[in-house]
Amino acid sequence: MAIVFERPKSLSDVTLHYCPGCTHGIIHRLIAEVIDELDIEGKTIGVAPVGCSVFAYNYFNCDMQEAAHGRAPAVATGIKRADPGNIVFTYQGDGDLAAIGTAETVHAAARSENITVIFVNNAIYGMTGGQMAPTSLVGQVTQTSPYGRKTETQGYPLKVCETLATIQGTAYAERVSVDDVKNIKKAKAAIKKAFENQLAGRGFSIVEVLSTCPTNWGLSPVEALGWLRENMMPHYPLGIYKDITKEEKK
Amino acid sequence: MSDKVLMKGNEAIAEAAMRAGCRHFFGYPITPQTELAAYMAKKMPKVGGLFLQAESEVAAINMVYGAAGAGVRVMTSSSSPGISLKQEGISYIAGADLPCLIVNIVRGGPGLGGIQPAQSDYFQATRGGGHGDYRLIVLAPSSVQEMVDLTYLAFDLGDKYRMPVMIIGDGMLGQMMEPVVFDDTKGGGTGEKAWATTGTRMARKRNIINSLYITPEELEKLVWEREKKYDTVRAAEVRFEQYAAGDAEYIIAAYGTTARIAKNAIDTLRREGYKVGLIRPITLWPFPNEAFSRAAKTAKAFLTVEMSTGQMVEDVRLSVDGKVPVHFYGRTGGMVPSPAEIIEKIKSIAGGDK
Repeated sequence: MAIVFERPKSLSDVTLHYCPGCTHGIIHRLIAEVIDELDIEGKTIGVAPVGCSVFAYNYFNCDMQEAAHGRAPAVATGIKRADPGNIVFTYQGDGDLAAIGTAETVHAAARSENITVIFVNNAIYGMTGGQMAPTSLVGQVTQTSPYGRKTETQGYPLKVCETLATIQGTAYAERVSVDDVKNIKKAKAAIKKAFENQLAGRGFSIVEVLSTCPTNWGLSPVEALGWLRENMMPHYPLGIYKDITKEEKK
Repeated sequence: MSDKVLMKGNEAIAEAAMRAGCRHFFGYPITPQTELAAYMAKKMPKVGGLFLQAESEVAAINMVYGAAGAGVRVMTSSSSPGISLKQEGISYIAGADLPCLIVNIVRGGPGLGGIQPAQSDYFQATRGGGHGDYRLIVLAPSSVQEMVDLTYLAFDLGDKYRMPVMIIGDGMLGQMMEPVVFDDTKGGGTGEKAWATTGTRMARKRNIINSLYITPEELEKLVWEREKKYDTVRAAEVRFEQYAAGDAEYIIAAYGTTARIAKNAIDTLRREGYKVGLIRPITLWPFPNEAFSRAAKTAKAFLTVEMSTGQMVEDVRLSVDGKVPVHFYGRTGGMVPSPAEIIEKIKSIAGGDK
């Protein structure tokens, strides 16, 4: 019988710990498929963050390092500089990348560090039980914004791709979503491009993936996908914010 | 063995590190360790190495974590306030059993403190500094030559025990120039690092560098195993120097810059007939407990001299264990004790007892 669907080689054969309906699993799979397709598992080192995806080091079959909260781009820099021939990626959530790790993110981009950053934005701190994230939307109710995020006291959600696109060292910044099949395919293409950029030595590439957190949003998985489309997408428009390969062609 | 050259302490550490095979340096500017980073920036590219100025000490130590995990000889250097910022990364490095060298050219504190020499980071260096049950091997040179020798040793010990090593100096040692020779037979290389994340090359199982163990039973087991490793280090790696200590009735305990000043004071006191000697810890951790407890059997009293308000004195008191009095004399905030001050203190302890 022909095999029509199987686990990517570079994804471990273990049960993921993520909540039902969470889109981390899809994003893990996309990365693993890309690593397989590019045939780079043997020279890839991943860096796991602190947050819901803290156990990502158990889920990828390549060498992995677990970083302190927010420090993944710095850790990735150390790994990459130790052997620039290797392929290094980070997998980070919004609290990790856009709050505690903002400096590490911005400066990895400024150095045009030749790494690939996969940034999962679900607008909330999931692992700690649903606190306000730097990317939480205005009015969004969380454990630490129980009356809704107020701009007067809690400011505005950070737009990461837009910000990083202003940095000269950023080679590629694209925001994608995994809310439906069409977008999942686009997300995979973006992730692949971010790895190909590294193989070609183009410098800092980031793919921001809009993701759901049904558990902490208090919604069913299906409702959460709807919430993502209705609330996150208008504030975080999908698309390419920077792509030096396109600028090269101009 | 190289010819004798005149070098600043900070530069001598940098040169020795490169000769020991270190090709990766991550740092952030701070006084008074500046010359070390500047030397690296100038020389590393010439040997195919990397000098990277990070955006912060926090980033620099996490770059060290990444590179150490990838199996290369790697170091960072800073001074007190910067070392405080590195504590998060140091705890993770210890928790992931990674070797690296951290140089602290200590300045006055707390807070922004000052930029003059101090020894007030002893607690931070020897008691953890970061969170959790962990230790650093802490090496305290007292001359530029020793800064060289201990740099070679630091990399070897780090690789041997898979743990971070700190060299603790101060602004005076970092800035002073002395003749040094480099022994290139030292720094024997890193050996096999089968645990490093170098890429599987599809030829082995994946390696994971990590300090997270969510099951308490597993974490406890691992922490105790690491403690056994620390016991091995305690048994095998204690280093200290004794100076005129054989027949000494009064023993000065001092390390680094302060030990040099104490030797000066001892020479004068000996000429005046006082039986004074020195025990100088070279490893602050593991601390030379036995050297002090042995000396406590014959000495009448100890005097600990530090450029702090009294930190190492606690280890001396633990070692002497109440057998004889342990006195303390300290200057702090960037002030350096003079031989005359130490002489006066010893005379007041001894009374007329020569």
